[in-house]
Amino acid sequence: MPEPETIVAIRNLSKVYSQGEIQVTALNNISLDIARGEFLTLMGPSGSGKSTLLHIIAGIDRPTSGECRVQGVNVTQLNESELADWRNQNVGFVFQTFNLIPVLTAFENVELPLLLTKLSRKQRQQLVSTALEIVGLADRSHHLPRQLSGGQEQRVAIARALVTDPSLVVADEPTGNLDSHSAQEVLTVLQSLSRTANKTVIMVTHDPKAAAYGSRSIHLEKGELSN
Amino acid sequence: MKLPIRYNIRNVIVRWRSTLATIIGVALVVAVYILIQSLAAGLEKSGRNTGDPRNLMIVRKGSTAESSSQVNRMQLQTIQYLPQIARDADGKPLISADLVVLVSLPRREGAGEANVTMRGISPKGAELRPQVRLVEGRWFTPGKREAVVSTKMAQRFANTEVGGVFKTGGQELRVVGLFDGGDTAFDSEIWMDADEARSLFDRENYSSALVRMTSPEAAAEFVKRLESDKRLPLRVDPEIAYYSEQTRTSKMFQVIGMFLAVSMSIGAFFAAMNTMYASVGARTREIGTLRVLGFRRRTILLSFIVEGAILAGIGGVIGCAVSFALQSLSVALGWQFGTMSFNTFSEVVFQFRITPQLAVQGLIFAVLVGVVGSLFPAIRASRLPVIAALKVV
Ligand SMILES: Nc1ncnc2c1ncn2[C@@H]1O[C@H](COP(=O)(O)OP(=O)(O)OP(=O)(O)O)[C@@H](O)[C@H]1O
Ligand SMILES: [Mg+2]
Repeated sequence: MPEPETIVAIRNLSKVYSQGEIQVTALNNISLDIARGEFLTLMGPSGSGKSTLLHIIAGIDRPTSGECRVQGVNVTQLNESELADWRNQNVGFVFQTFNLIPVLTAFENVELPLLLTKLSRKQRQQLVSTALEIVGLADRSHHLPRQLSGGQEQRVAIARALVTDPSLVVADEPTGNLDSHSAQEVLTVLQSLSRTANKTVIMVTHDPKAAAYGSRSIHLEKGELSN
Repeated sequence: MKLPIRYNIRNVIVRWRSTLATIIGVALVVAVYILIQSLAAGLEKSGRNTGDPRNLMIVRKGSTAESSSQVNRMQLQTIQYLPQIARDADGKPLISADLVVLVSLPRREGAGEANVTMRGISPKGAELRPQVRLVEGRWFTPGKREAVVSTKMAQRFANTEVGGVFKTGGQELRVVGLFDGGDTAFDSEIWMDADEARSLFDRENYSSALVRMTSPEAAAEFVKRLESDKRLPLRVDPEIAYYSEQTRTSKMFQVIGMFLAVSMSIGAFFAAMNTMYASVGARTREIGTLRVLGFRRRTILLSFIVEGAILAGIGGVIGCAVSFALQSLSVALGWQFGTMSFNTFSEVVFQFRITPQLAVQGLIFAVLVGVVGSLFPAIRASRLPVIAALKVV
C-alpha cells in the first residue's frame, strides 16, 4: 500500500486572543498531519480550542504563529480575497446551525458556491442535482429551508459543502442541533464522503457516538493535543 | 452580479414588515415630486402654447404685466399705420388695442372670490388669436355690455355660463358665449369689447397692443422703428416670447416641488437607511455564511446597495403608478387646476401632464435615495467578520 498523501500539515500552530490585559491561549503549539480520505474527529471539552483549530484549517481565522499548509498551500500567507477564492475552491463548510439562506430554495442554496465559478448554468444545474442526490434530497430541491426538517436542512448544507468538489470538508458540531435519527443520516453521509469519494472530512463533536463514525479521533485539552 | 438579484428581491419581500414603511415613504416622495413637477409643466405649457408666431406684443417699457402697462391713443395712432402691419381684405390693419383689468369675481359654490383677468379686445382681437375658438353662443357685440368667457373659467366662477349675468365695476355684464383657449393663457380670461371695457372701468388708455406682421423681416424692421423712436416708450416682443416669459409661476412651482421632494426624500433616505441597517443586523450570520462560501466583501457591499435600490425602486414604481392613476382620474373627471399667477395675481387654470421624462426622473430619484440610504448599512455588512457566520444566536 502506498504512503497516504498528507493533505493538511500543521506545524507549531498557536492562537492567542488578547482581550485588553488578559491573554487567552486558544491553541498552543499544535502540530498535526491529516491524510487524504481521512474522517478525522476533533473532540475535547468546551473551550479547548476545537473550533479555533477548525477555523484556521478552513481559512476562516488566522493563527498567531505557526503554519497551516493545505495541499501544499500555506493558508496563513494568503490575503483576504485570495483566501476567499481558496475557501470557495478547496473547502466545504458545514455549520452546527445549518446556515442556509432562508429566502433561497434548497437548489439555490447548493448552487451558491458555484456562482463564483466560471461554470455554465447547465453545468451548475448538473452539479447541484448530483450533490442533492448524494445527500438523498433530489426531490426537495425546490423547497425553502423552512419547509425542511432540521436533518434535511443539514443535508442540504452538506450538499452545498461538497458541490464544488472540495478536497476538504469541515464540520463544526454538525449534529449538535439534530435528533439522533437525523444525526445518524448526516453522519452516514459524511462517512461515505470520506470512504467512497476519498474526501478529507474534519468534524468537531462532543458526542462519542458521532466520533465513532470517524476513522481517527484526536483530543484537544486547553489548546493542546492529548492522546 | 455574483449574487443573484432574486436573492435581494426576495429579501425585500420576505422582510415586508420592515420594508413596507420605506417603500410607502419613497412612493410618496416620488408621487409628490411627479405631481408637482407635472403641474408646473402644465402651467408652463399654457404659457408656452400662447401666441401666434406672426404677432408682436406691445407694452409700456418697464411694465412687468399687461395689467400694469399703458398704451395711449396717440401712440396707437402712430403705430397702426406703419407699413409692416398686415392688413385684412378690406385694407384694415390687423391690430388690437387691449385693455387688461383684474376683477374680483365670486367662485362657484360660494368658495370665496378670486382675481380674474378681464381682457377688452378690439374688433381684430379674436382674429389675431387663432388658438381661441368660440364653442358656445356668439361673440360679444361691440358697444354692448356683453362678455365671452373661457369654458374653463366658466366652470370655476359663478354666473359665467351663457346667459349668466355677473357684476363688475358696479355694472352688469351678460355672458353671450364661451370660448376654448386651446390650453393657452387665454383659458384663464374673460373677454369683452375694449372700448366698452374702457368706459366700464373708467380708463383713458389701453394696456397693450397686439399686431400681426406681414413677414419676419417686417417684424424686425418694425421693432427697430419703434425702439429708435424716443417719443414711444414702448417695448415690443414676439407674442410667444412675451407669454413664455410669464411662466415665473411655474418656476415657483418647480422650486416648491423640488423643496418638498428634497425634504421628504431626506426622510425617505433615513427610512431606507434604517431598514437596511435592520436588515444587515438580522442577517449577520447569513452574510458571514456567504463570506465562508467565498463571496468577497465587495460582492456583499454591492448586493446590499442593489437591495436598497430595489427597495426604493419598488417605492418609485408605486409612486409613478399613483401619479399616473391620479392623472387618468383627473382626465376622466375633467379636473382642472387653478392657481394664482405670481405675475398677474389672477387665477390661471391649466391641466397637469405627466411626461415620461418626469416619471423617469422620479424613478431615478427613488433609486438614488435607495442607493445612498443603503450605502452605510452595506459598508457595515461588508465589514462583518467571517467568524460572524459561526456565532450561534
Ligand atoms: N473571539 C474570541 N476572543 C477571545 N477569546 C476567544 C475568542 N474565540 C474563542 N476564544 C477563546 O478561545 C478558547 C477556545 O475557543 P473555541 O471556540 O475554539 O473552543 P471550543 O473547543 O470550540 O469550545 P466549544 O466546545 O464550547 O465550542 C476559549 O477559551 C474561548 O473563550
Ligand atoms: Mg466550538
